[in-house]
Amino acid sequence: MDVRLSPEQVALRDSAAQMLDRLAPRAVRDLDDSERKAKLDAAVEASGWRDLRVASEGRNPLASAVEAAIIAEELGRALADTPFLGPTLASDLRRRSGAGAPQGRESVALVSDLSSPAEATTTDGVVVDSEDAISALVLLRSGSGWGLAAVALGPAGNQVDLTRAVAAVGGTEPAGLPDAVELLTDDDVLAWWALGLALTCADLVGVMRGVIDLATDYAASRRQYGVPVGSFQAVQHMLADAVVAMEGSRSTALHAAWAVDALAPADALVAASVAKAYCVRAARSVCETGIQVHGGIGNTWDCLAHVFLRRALLSSDILGGIGASLSRVLAHRGIGEDNGLR
Amino acid sequence: MDFGDSPQEAAFRSRLRDWLRDNNPGLPASSTSDEYWAGQAAWHQSLYDAGFFAMSWPKEIGGQGLPSVYEVIADDELSRAGAPPRPSLGYLVQGILHHGNADVQRRFLPGLVNGRERWCQGFSEPDAGSDLASLTTRAVLDGDEYVITGHKVWTSYSDAADWCLVLARTDSSVPKHRGISAFIVSMRQEGIEQKPLKMINGITREFGEVTFDGARVPAANMVGGPGEGWRLAMTVVSHEREPGELGYVARYSKVVNELTKRVRSDPLRYEAEQVRDLAWAIVEAEVLRLHVCRRLSDRLDAISHGPEGSIDKLLMTEVEQAVGHAALSVGGAAYAGADDTWLRVYLYSRAQSVMGGTAQIQRNLVATRILELPTS
Repeated sequence: MDVRLSPEQVALRDSAAQMLDRLAPRAVRDLDDSERKAKLDAAVEASGWRDLRVASEGRNPLASAVEAAIIAEELGRALADTPFLGPTLASDLRRRSGAGAPQGRESVALVSDLSSPAEATTTDGVVVDSEDAISALVLLRSGSGWGLAAVALGPAGNQVDLTRAVAAVGGTEPAGLPDAVELLTDDDVLAWWALGLALTCADLVGVMRGVIDLATDYAASRRQYGVPVGSFQAVQHMLADAVVAMEGSRSTALHAAWAVDALAPADALVAASVAKAYCVRAARSVCETGIQVHGGIGNTWDCLAHVFLRRALLSSDILGGIGASLSRVLAHRGIGEDNGLR
Repeated sequence: MDFGDSPQEAAFRSRLRDWLRDNNPGLPASSTSDEYWAGQAAWHQSLYDAGFFAMSWPKEIGGQGLPSVYEVIADDELSRAGAPPRPSLGYLVQGILHHGNADVQRRFLPGLVNGRERWCQGFSEPDAGSDLASLTTRAVLDGDEYVITGHKVWTSYSDAADWCLVLARTDSSVPKHRGISAFIVSMRQEGIEQKPLKMINGITREFGEVTFDGARVPAANMVGGPGEGWRLAMTVVSHEREPGELGYVARYSKVVNELTKRVRSDPLRYEAEQVRDLAWAIVEAEVLRLHVCRRLSDRLDAISHGPEGSIDKLLMTEVEQAVGHAALSVGGAAYAGADDTWLRVYLYSRAQSVMGGTAQIQRNLVATRILELPTS
């Protein structure tokens, strides 16, 4: 057992952080800067991060879920407004089915509350990371396994997260992937689900780190009663609790990412569910602290604190939040039933 | 990055698992009964003699010189078997290892590590709790001995101890942090009186208070130099804050496993709220286990202790108290002669946010040392 990142993984994290510090939004108004956004998108495309889970030799992915989680965490920390999770999950499905690359950017569709993958029969599916996507994958029940089908995108509606778009599934009939050579097994879907949860956990850890940095800087500079508000214990203790929640989340998110490729799919899913329950609860509380530390400013649109909270809300819902995760943890211990894969 | 066992680690795990099948003393959870404390010395010795304690400490003091991650494996297997946790005395070992001279280490560490000599820690006083440096116990040089006078409190296991690591003031003319020295004092002598303190869950064999009235200690038993006691104290308390050092993961998992069995055997008896409390306790105990894996792996880089111990202490507190709440929720308070184990587990959990430095002190440290916020 040695859960330190390898030197290569540390280098990946550091180079990601450097690039994102240059191109990710640093203020709410930057979200409307289309030139910056295009540069960020191009840089992420050139980095190859979206291809970490495509097939390399045989059916193995180019990189493990740990590398993907390292990127997801940095993207969350930087509030990177460019797709990663959706394309990564789509390419992982294609890899498992033996299908080739899509014609353009692709994402995945989930059921309307985002808690599980959409099937071809789902009528009100939602595509996550829909920006610039030409299609999204859904599962297609097929005898004892699962095929894949592509659906078109419908209109983007109301956006919870200001950094990652979602859209309705379009009205056209799902089309089976012509080059998918194998059906996915239940185990494939469980391992894929574990990957999705692990990446959302990593994103939540990144969001927590980002909002803690933001609030700590503010607390050190904002003065009241002639001193920085960060010198008051009442403020310090909120931020200290946030650090504890983030570090606990980080340990469990790291384990979830490792488990995706190292454990049996059912065990990987339990590891991911432990992490998801903990990270979701932690992230909401940490982001709320971020808003509170900013006082009145924290409740205005132009403060980044709510952008972190909104990103956390989306990541929390993707592939199931606290309720579904706790049910799975209990079912694994013989209490109740897990109603994930139907 | 690997949470899995290496071949050597797997072999160690399987040896321990086999050994536990025949050697689990089946003591109650440490926090619930005096019976545990009565059997603790024998458990320590048997675990040590079989090669399952002190794996990561240096060979010279009786350890095996293995990486710290072996402690995680031991915690895993102890909790899986429902065995008592490993003895929590790493912080004393680390204090003496970092600050004691070669003679002190040679004389005292092997007996501390192998469990043949029993120890307690005399730091806190009635008027020196969070503000430990204001302690007033005095040590006055008389020939080649010091004479100790003062009053210590929250002295765990003082009733069974052969030795006490005592902080005492040797110089009142310098600022308070600089006039403190550390001594290893024999508890088997005239001039020491110890009284048990009954804890809120009713146990009497953990907490004590100790009065020193003219107790004597050879000058050679000083740990570090005169006036260096504060540095030793900081080493000890920083390790006392670390769940990896304490081995509490096994204690929490044991409670969680027993509560899980209880609910599984009769699920319809429990309301959704109770089951949810249990689910959170399962998650919390697992989070701490993984966090300890991460921290002990970091030690492979020989990373020295920083203020991160305060983060870990706060996380450990959150976990113990969540497990305590689940014990109360699922186990119930127990009326009219029913088994009150779970009530005792719950009540004991309240101490975790005080012992080893209160949660409020830990938050101050995280805010000022890690986030580098200004002090008021």
